[in-house]
Amino acid sequence: MTTAVVRALGALAHDTAHPHGRTEAPCPSCPAPAVLADRADGTVVRSGPVVAKAHAPDTDTAALAARTALASAPALSGILLPPVPQPAVPEVDGRPVTLWPHGEPVDPADPDAAPWEESAVLLARLHRTAPPPALPPMRGPAKAALAVARMCAARPGDPATAPVREAWRRLPAWARDEAPAPPHRSHFICHGDLHLGQLVRHPATHGRWLLIDVDDVGLGDPAWDLARPAAWYAAGLLPAEVWLRFLDAYRAAGGPAVRADGDPWPELDVPARALTVQAAALALAKSAAEGRNPDEVEQTMIDACARIASLPVELTSEHAS
Amino acid sequence: MQCPKCHAQMQTYNRNGIQIEQCSGCRGIFLDYGELESLTRIEAQWTQQAPPAPPAPQAYPAAPAPAWGAPQHHGGHHGGHYRHKSFGHMLFSS
Repeated sequence: MTTAVVRALGALAHDTAHPHGRTEAPCPSCPAPAVLADRADGTVVRSGPVVAKAHAPDTDTAALAARTALASAPALSGILLPPVPQPAVPEVDGRPVTLWPHGEPVDPADPDAAPWEESAVLLARLHRTAPPPALPPMRGPAKAALAVARMCAARPGDPATAPVREAWRRLPAWARDEAPAPPHRSHFICHGDLHLGQLVRHPATHGRWLLIDVDDVGLGDPAWDLARPAAWYAAGLLPAEVWLRFLDAYRAAGGPAVRADGDPWPELDVPARALTVQAAALALAKSAAEGRNPDEVEQTMIDACARIASLPVELTSEHAS
Repeated sequence: MQCPKCHAQMQTYNRNGIQIEQCSGCRGIFLDYGELESLTRIEAQWTQQAPPAPPAPQAYPAAPAPAWGAPQHHGGHHGGHYRHKSFGHMLFSS
């Protein structure tokens, strides 16, 4: 099934790159389509300058349309990579497909070159943009809840999941996707799933950095977008120096997610705990599926959950509302 | 003895050899002549005995961290996993 989806996406991307003369594959002048990602929630295939993405089968198509329209909006120019315009949303195997220009991703082999400051400035500008009407909620809390459910399904009754479930239980309802975000923090445009795979240079290879992947974009608490680097830092994975570069660049760009000066953790604490739980839950789910134990780095996120779960409840609920 | 403020009964406590009266009603504290000076003197002695603050172990400014942060936030080496191959993977996934 996946192979058929990949082939269809490659053909869509290829035909989009040749709008004035569709050719039968294989096209002699084009490189073979390349699979950039193939997961249950997204299959991404590149053909030359165009990338085609098949979204999850259960995608809310109206919400996806609103998110894709946001990426095309002039107000988000220079922040979100705009899609290749389509007269109608194509479908592959019942999955909606969006088409995007290819951009140069962050080099995973060179963490020193990672665009921490650039990503922070992009987030600050995203969060400062006035949201359009009818933008759906950001899906960060929903993704965290899905990760916990996936862990519980992958390791039923496994005591290894206990600290993760306890850390999850201590989060406020909104962070578990069981209630709306607090009103005063819920009206910002958020990316919803920030990590270093969500940035590309466009045009490749020396254009400006832009955010990609609108699947989880929407209205919510902008601290969620800072909270994954914050969680890596808190777990001891990300050096304080890198975290401070990111945080300082965000503040210097006028980002509204955290107070302008001083300790940012009153705003970051809840989303960083939620993303720590999400990372630990996915680590336990994936390692179970692969028949192995969590590796050393995955274990640091599980250990962070154990510390969260052992805190006095009064202390952890301090920033809960 | 009765509290001069709310007239409830006062209880006597002994702290570091100093007698302190505390009101059982309003929790106010009554110090006899010289007792405040004695407390101040003891406090100064305690401060002198306290070990000196350890020097900052990091070259870069200390960053605030949450109460559940990894123990290395309380001094020591940061980012030991930064160059770990699997951390590189985590940087690029949800």
